[in-house]
Amino acid sequence: MEILLAIMIASLTSCGVYLILRVRTFPVVVGLTLLSYAVNLFLFSMGRLTLDAPAVIGAGIDSTDPLPQALVLTAIVIGFAMTAFLMALALRAWGEFGNDHVDGTDIIANQESDQG
Amino acid sequence: MNSHLIIAPILLPLFAGLLLLFDRQERVWPRRLLGLLGSFLLLPVALLLWQQAASGDISVYQLGNWQAPFGIVLVLDQLSALMLLVTAALALPVYLHACGGDDQLGANFHALFMFQLMGINGAFLSGDLFNLFVFFEVLLIASYALLMHGQGPERAKAGLHYVILNLIGSSLFLFALGLLYAATGTLNMADVGRVIRAGEGAAPLLLQVSGALLVMVFALKAAVLPLSFWLPGAYSAATAPVAALFAIMTKVGLYALWRLWPLMYGVDGSPLQGLLEPWLAGLALATIAFAALGALAAKRLAALAAWLVLVSVGSLMLALTQATTVAWAAGLYYLIHSTWAAAALFLLVGVISHHRGSHTDQLQQGPPLPALLGLLFIALAMLLVGLPPWSGFIGKLLLLQAIPMATFWLVLLLSSLLLLVTFSRAGSTVFWRHQLGDKLTRLTFQQVAPLSMLLLLCLALTVLAAPLLDITTAIASQLGDAQGYLDAVLGGSAAIEVKP
Repeated sequence: MEILLAIMIASLTSCGVYLILRVRTFPVVVGLTLLSYAVNLFLFSMGRLTLDAPAVIGAGIDSTDPLPQALVLTAIVIGFAMTAFLMALALRAWGEFGNDHVDGTDIIANQESDQG
Repeated sequence: MNSHLIIAPILLPLFAGLLLLFDRQERVWPRRLLGLLGSFLLLPVALLLWQQAASGDISVYQLGNWQAPFGIVLVLDQLSALMLLVTAALALPVYLHACGGDDQLGANFHALFMFQLMGINGAFLSGDLFNLFVFFEVLLIASYALLMHGQGPERAKAGLHYVILNLIGSSLFLFALGLLYAATGTLNMADVGRVIRAGEGAAPLLLQVSGALLVMVFALKAAVLPLSFWLPGAYSAATAPVAALFAIMTKVGLYALWRLWPLMYGVDGSPLQGLLEPWLAGLALATIAFAALGALAAKRLAALAAWLVLVSVGSLMLALTQATTVAWAAGLYYLIHSTWAAAALFLLVGVISHHRGSHTDQLQQGPPLPALLGLLFIALAMLLVGLPPWSGFIGKLLLLQAIPMATFWLVLLLSSLLLLVTFSRAGSTVFWRHQLGDKLTRLTFQQVAPLSMLLLLCLALTVLAAPLLDITTAIASQLGDAQGYLDAVLGGSAAIEVKP
């Protein structure tokens, strides 16, 4: 189980990092989303993995740590809002630049060729 | 009743911001009045809290009356009170300046300004690391929107970079918190400090990785060298009042590291001790040198001001890593000065570019400017370069005295010389080389008053330097006393009982 989770987090993180390094805004947004998925899974595992146990201390013999679950919930909400904001921003930047390059360089190159 | 005052710096801007969201009328004065009320009321609240903290007691506010390591606490000590006061004294003039017309450049400026203040104040008060993360996100999302205020492709580009970088930073923050929880089993700052001091941590390696990641996150917010390339672009693209408010933002990152230093990094015998200081000190020096060169190369006044923010970040980071009471006291004095002076410069640049029409703040020949602006520019240049007798000089002198390190002296003095050259060149270009025949535009009271308020505050820093240094020394020694912090937060008797 630990190995499976570790492999999942690692592959999500590496895909996320790869996509963030791309030059167009959409892959960057997807990369950040993958990275936030990896973070959420990682937070889950930080209270150690416990299977088939309630998240309430004292109710059963075995219980899992409830705190990471609360933290993950907060992290999901914040990550979701941030992704939505970034998506809107990327659209706005696309409108301003006329392309989806993260630096908007295509339009700068065009302007220079116009002037020259 | 008095104990509830601690949460007021968070609730006041929150409710002001929420009310501002409902106002969708054409008329702007009700919004301005409400926002002004919100930013003005922060000042007496911060002063009262300052008074409460000045006795040396640490006040703890348990949210929902949950006991300290389990519930979230707000902690008010002298450092928090100082930062709240610096923020409140900064926010009012900046808001007044924005009411001069910059707030009309886009929608929802007033509400976003309030939410930004809420996030900053919350970060200064939080005694819990995850809560700190949440307040970081609050201040960041407000700052994303504020940075885009006024629109234009330049702002869209700077905003996109700023948002993506900070989202990566937030992910790293969460990774660090996860590791810290795995290593210590808690996220309450005092409890983390207790576990590390007792040497109870599960795995030293986990603690080291999480500590290093946390430093990376705070260095990104504070803009220390390898993570500082975003700052000049973002700050110089923002509208003047937004950039001026952002002058406190780098200090939030520094504050967080300062708060955690005696609890995590400076603990004798902890796995984190001595792990990062040499790196951070070197990077801080490199930041100062890099920023001075950047300022020299700046083609716009706003970019120059942004590079100056970086100079102060480098100096403060070095003072932080020294971990002595003298260095911290000097650093805190310099922090107050550099925040207000940098904000005043951003506001002045806004006024200058307003008067220069299409030339904006480019360092090139333009229309003539009123003499008063030139005088203000000289005053600010003296403050920021560190010429005697102003507070910049006192701050840098204190830092030099507190940090007897040859490389630091060399870097700081040389960078000050470079800044002097930069300011002389920029000032003579903007104020003396103007086209003949252009009419002089009239200065209004509204344009000059807010930044004069900040200048007067810096003057007060100069005159009251000695009592203020006593205060910052008291703050530094309280901050260094980790045991006192642990007792106040975790010891049940010292905590204030909040009645439901």
